[in-house]
Amino acid sequence: MSSGTILSGAEIVIKALRDQGVDTIFGYPGGAVLPIYDALFKQNQIKHVLVRHEQAAVHAAEGYARSSGKVGVVLVTSGPGATNAVTGLVDALMDSIPIVCLTGQVPTHLIGNDAFQECDTTGITRPATKHNYLVKDVNNLARTLHEAFYVAKNGRPGPVVIDIPKDVQFADGVYRTPGESQPKSYRPQVKPDLNKVEEAVEMLANAKRPIFYVGGGVINAGPVASQLLTQLVRMTGYPCTTTLMGLGAYPAHDQQWLGMLGMHGTYEANLAMHGCDLMVCVGARFDDRVTGKISEFSPGSKKIHIDIDPSNINKNVRVDLPIVGDAAYVLEDMIRIWKARNKRADQVALKAWWDQIAVWRSKDCLRYEKTDKVIKPQYALERLRAAVAGRDDVYISTEVGQHQMWAAQFLPFNKPNRWLTSGGLGTMGYGLPAAIGAQIANPGALCIDVAGEASILMNIQEMATALQYRLPVKVFILNNQWMGMVRQWQELLHGSRYSESYSEALPDFVKLADAFGGVGLRATKVSEVDDVIAEMIATPRPVIVDMCVDQKENCFPMIPGGKAHNEMLLGPADKVSEATPEEGMVLV
Amino acid sequence: MTQETNIRRHTISVLVDNEPGVLARVIGLFSGRGYNIESLTVAEIDASDSLSRITIVTSGTPMIIEQIKVQLERLVPVHKVKDLTLEGPFIEREMALVKVVANGEKRVESLRIGDVFKARVVDATISSFVFEITGTADDLDRFIDLMQQLGEVDISRTGAAALSRGTSTL
Repeated sequence: MSSGTILSGAEIVIKALRDQGVDTIFGYPGGAVLPIYDALFKQNQIKHVLVRHEQAAVHAAEGYARSSGKVGVVLVTSGPGATNAVTGLVDALMDSIPIVCLTGQVPTHLIGNDAFQECDTTGITRPATKHNYLVKDVNNLARTLHEAFYVAKNGRPGPVVIDIPKDVQFADGVYRTPGESQPKSYRPQVKPDLNKVEEAVEMLANAKRPIFYVGGGVINAGPVASQLLTQLVRMTGYPCTTTLMGLGAYPAHDQQWLGMLGMHGTYEANLAMHGCDLMVCVGARFDDRVTGKISEFSPGSKKIHIDIDPSNINKNVRVDLPIVGDAAYVLEDMIRIWKARNKRADQVALKAWWDQIAVWRSKDCLRYEKTDKVIKPQYALERLRAAVAGRDDVYISTEVGQHQMWAAQFLPFNKPNRWLTSGGLGTMGYGLPAAIGAQIANPGALCIDVAGEASILMNIQEMATALQYRLPVKVFILNNQWMGMVRQWQELLHGSRYSESYSEALPDFVKLADAFGGVGLRATKVSEVDDVIAEMIATPRPVIVDMCVDQKENCFPMIPGGKAHNEMLLGPADKVSEATPEEGMVLV
Repeated sequence: MTQETNIRRHTISVLVDNEPGVLARVIGLFSGRGYNIESLTVAEIDASDSLSRITIVTSGTPMIIEQIKVQLERLVPVHKVKDLTLEGPFIEREMALVKVVANGEKRVESLRIGDVFKARVVDATISSFVFEITGTADDLDRFIDLMQQLGEVDISRTGAAALSRGTSTL
């Protein structure tokens, strides 16, 4: 079928998705998208994954996108279908995940009449998306669909909504191919200003206490960006830390990696950030989880900020050298110029810097009390780490809370696209659908949702999706019966008044797995942990593991709200040094 | 955001696709991120390419103003953003219709002041005038302030339109 063919709106949707290389979409049918579902029924090139809630459709598409590097595609109906998708859209917006979400809409002549299942989808999703469209003329549909893919994946990626009234889906119109459909105005800069890169290389070579601070932008720039980053970091011999979103951009087994930084990052990473004289930020955005108290953030350093989104630069922290561009292009140029100019780090200064870092490292900040009386959550994750060691095909998603931070601290990410977590929005209920999306993108891989017992209940219905498509995803619940991170903050900041953070009526997760048709496993003793993990991995079906862990364990190290990088709490023995200032209390 | 001092008024010119929702995107950006809008005007300026020009008067620290510019630039239907205040001399004009209800000497005085400000009378009754006045926002402020001392006033202001001086175009 060539450009200019006459098709129905619904057929144009399918044709455009095919021409964009889409093989899988995640969705849930309803009245206002029935024509598109009918067109889906009549073809077999695009696989539709039926989720059990529209929020999960978007998270699954995110998991698919993040683990494959492709655009995730979602199809939902009007009204509640669209509003349920909003959390997922904002999640994708905050974490820069490319998503195209098609929403059905009531017929054009009913728009604005409060029709059944009508909502102002473009109005509601305007601040929830990178861009959105309402297509009122079927002859604009193909162009809009192609443009949506262009916008979703170019520049800083993000979610795009296309709202399609039902009459437009029925109407006949002209199909246009992708080549004819670039937006008139959106041209993000991907290649950097070379003068600035040269300046950056000079700063890099002259630094005495440098650090690379790496975020999810490097992962979004594709696996090649991670390789280039690794090459540059090794060439210089400088230390590297990654954000929560950047895990996997630099191999975790490498000696030059200091671990994750930020609120629950390592002591050595945060102290190195605090004490560095040159910070090279690549694809990160100086988020408040990372910087801690902004006025005391890395006070003595020059800062280079490489980002594809100019609005990230000088937003929270003033930098000395901004470089706008795609991380892969910038890193490639930096390596080339470093080599061409025969640059070499100041070895004496570098040795002193690494000696200092070794002192910080010797604190062993991720240590926890080893005991055989109760399963420590960290222990469970260490055993999981041991069980998957050496495998290249392990994809870890998480929900949000303590378990998420422990997973970030204790599981090793040596390659990009293996770590799927809701970083910006912090969406409980993210992990299971994300694991489903990752499993669909990577059949045969080991996809594990490290979960908490509270978070998992927010999208537990997706077990049915896993069963329907025979996806052997694993839900690894660190069950402490508390909303652990809420409880931890209440303990540290609210006088241990545990307001509503205990779950009094939890389901029996083993029976729950069984009820869905999956496999439930439980460990209550330390001696059972390894067997349960081994059985989980060996079971070729959806599994829920109920790992009954220490109820009182808190997540350390921690920078309390409103504190600086050098004011970390390393363990339960450390109390918040002085009354947390009010300024810190109000921070989340 | 360490520096909260040094707040300045800026006039920003934005070239956008004239399409549904574009104004909502711009306004939503300002309200969502807590930026200030002193005035905002919009109208189509190129029917063949379907382009509109939005003129926004805002205020903020240099860091905020820089953010406003780059945040506007990343909206998909935005073609160009120009901070007129930063980029050299520019002309800014605003139009207002000002109704003054007054009798006797005050009515005559309103006419005299209108004359001084080169305001045009566009409607008159035995006890009121409607003036049309064009000028800078400051001119309009001063005119309105004087008129308010003469009687009951009713005001409609357009917000600022602005262009850079010289040969440069958006």
